[in-house]
Amino acid sequence: MNLLGKLSWDAIPHDPIVLVTLAVVAVGGAALFVFMTLAKKWGWLWREWLTSVDHKRLGIMYIILALVMLVRGFADAIMMRTQLAVATNGSEGYLPPHHYDQIFTAHGVIMIIFMAMPFMIGLMNIIVPLQIGARDVAFPFLNNLSFWLAVSGALLVNISLGLGEFAMTGWVAYPPLSGLEFSPGTGVDYYIWALQISGIGTTLTGVNFLITVLKMRTPGMKLMDMPIFTWTCTWANVLIVASFPILTAALAMLTLDRYLDFHFFTNDLGGNSMMYINLFWAWGHPEVYILVLPAFGMFSEIVSTFSGKRLFGHKSMIYASGVISLLGFIVWLHHFFTMGSSANVNAFFGIMTMIIAIPTGVKLFNWLFTMYKGRIRMEVPMYWVIGFMITFSIGGMTGVLLAIPGADYVLHNSLFLIAHFHNTIIGGAVFGYLAGFAFWFPKAMGFHLDPKLGKVSFWCWFIGFFLAFMPLYVLGFMGMTRRLNHTDNPDWNVWLYIAAVGAFVIAIGIGAFVLQLILGFKNKDKNLDKTGDPWNGHTLEWSLASPPQFYNFAKLPQVEDLDAFTDMKEKGTAYQRHASYEPIHMPSNTNAGPIMGLLATAMGFALIWHIWWLAGASFIGLIVAFICRAYASNTDYYVQPDEVARIENAHLDNVAKG
Amino acid sequence: MSQHDHDAHSHGSVSSYVVGFVLSVILTVIPFWAVMTSAFDRATLFAIIVVTAVVQIVVHLKYFLHLNFTKEGKIDTLSFIFTAIVIVMVVALSIWIIYESVLMMMY
Repeated sequence: MNLLGKLSWDAIPHDPIVLVTLAVVAVGGAALFVFMTLAKKWGWLWREWLTSVDHKRLGIMYIILALVMLVRGFADAIMMRTQLAVATNGSEGYLPPHHYDQIFTAHGVIMIIFMAMPFMIGLMNIIVPLQIGARDVAFPFLNNLSFWLAVSGALLVNISLGLGEFAMTGWVAYPPLSGLEFSPGTGVDYYIWALQISGIGTTLTGVNFLITVLKMRTPGMKLMDMPIFTWTCTWANVLIVASFPILTAALAMLTLDRYLDFHFFTNDLGGNSMMYINLFWAWGHPEVYILVLPAFGMFSEIVSTFSGKRLFGHKSMIYASGVISLLGFIVWLHHFFTMGSSANVNAFFGIMTMIIAIPTGVKLFNWLFTMYKGRIRMEVPMYWVIGFMITFSIGGMTGVLLAIPGADYVLHNSLFLIAHFHNTIIGGAVFGYLAGFAFWFPKAMGFHLDPKLGKVSFWCWFIGFFLAFMPLYVLGFMGMTRRLNHTDNPDWNVWLYIAAVGAFVIAIGIGAFVLQLILGFKNKDKNLDKTGDPWNGHTLEWSLASPPQFYNFAKLPQVEDLDAFTDMKEKGTAYQRHASYEPIHMPSNTNAGPIMGLLATAMGFALIWHIWWLAGASFIGLIVAFICRAYASNTDYYVQPDEVARIENAHLDNVAKG
Repeated sequence: MSQHDHDAHSHGSVSSYVVGFVLSVILTVIPFWAVMTSAFDRATLFAIIVVTAVVQIVVHLKYFLHLNFTKEGKIDTLSFIFTAIVIVMVVALSIWIIYESVLMMMY
């Protein structure tokens, strides 16, 4: 038996593009390592961040993961666009088909699972407990573990760049193409284990945050009084809990097909690959609502704050989100109308899909009515909101178009579809996260970013988006299908060139965003947010310092109104000094999370390369680490009243100084 | 933090378990007897089995799993109903989709 399984020197790719990337990553990694060692920061990093159970720090780490993966996924995107711009008129371009196939698969997987999800979960982590007046989530260790499982999956995807290959199947990995017969390499195995491990982390997050909002709301806050962002996250969590187990099961069956010669999805011996497609989308469609619902919540908070008004129709927003969640769960067949189910099936799912436009329209009008006669301040987050409303409306309309089965038969798998879903995911979810990022950045980090660069970033994203994706609608109508490596149709060329230019404009937008962060950290001391309430906010997170005290609330606030903090400011009960404080019960940091994450990575890696001893050892290690954690006794501590008083008074002094 | 010392859920009493047990026995005996007597036609037989089975599920939920609509028990009941709805939706719609697509392939 080979101790290294299928792993050998041949696993390292010889493609010059990959080698250069690996060299850059190695140099960058080495520089970071040297810097951390020289600055003696490793201990600090481990104790204060990696082992932290503080939801705010976990949220920040989630967002760092998302931004790193955004750069990786965007590099894939720009390679594809340049390839398609040069590989016209029959020329082959610079990306050979097998490499190109891996790039579009990795782009999809990374952008959905390792960029959008961590970004959304990161913002949810930071804000939801603050909005409901809680001191942490219901299960702080589980929260840390979820994060490390997400990192574990992201690591596996990135390892595939340097060892072996990634899947060449598209991000959906339909069998029989993803079966052993047609994908004998390690690519699909990387895909399976990256998604499986991070997916379990996501399920745990969903459970954690559902219990948090059900059990840990501050006194006086009824369920219907929860701020709208918390509500939309809650609906997203309901969808996570309902749909992620389907992904887990579908991937488990694909795993059995590939590893143990089962025949769930094979062409022969009774398998049915249509069932994989069905299960994949029974998860995949709710997944896009998981991404976009919290973004809707962010837009709602921002519109309300920067219009200086209460959100129009808070209740109708909650119900609209609920209806979207429910309908979002029964429309998945529209991803495979062309699979050829009966006309009745297609009609049912087509109609359900179109109906979703109604609650979404309710939301759009709610935002417009919130702005109506409001005193609107055009800060950076508001730019994103207005950009979103325009972009997302177009995406929604093309969606209703695609929901007609007859039209879908023509447009299925064309670039029209690609344009549509980028239109909704970028214009809806990503614009939302960037809006939320700009909105809550001062809260999470304690200082402001340069608004000029923020606006430059917005305009580049906005214009770049239209340049990059509107041509794809046209190309779709002209008959260009997705996942083409090179083309030979002169009519398409000009549109492909415009799309490539659009990608580079978005690249400038990302550059401005990164520059904004670098300058922000450099000039941090000049732009501190001392009051904790830079935007005249409405909800409880703005009643705290920026960044919030590690225990969040010295005394749990008594809530009497929907816009709890606005209400406190109006009644003059905000910023109260208390004579005495109670000890605060807090969870301790734990190294069980990162250790289990590392073991999960090792297990995934071993399973991919068939290194059975390592897979077994790390699996046992995982169980042992979990049991040890379950029996650990020193998992919590009390913050003493004098320390609380010192921190609170320092904050209140800052507020008084303005 | 949740309160561990005060667990609001009732774990039932001897009498409630006995009631549940007796009801379950009755609801098991009825379909068993219906099959053994051979007095019913196929359709009636199916109806009897399905109805008693569904009623028995409710009995189990109430007397053994203690699902109820009191203030404390509501959340358990709602999460149970939620799970049931999700399963019914995913499973039923999946069966419909695959069944119809297999039929289409026959033509």
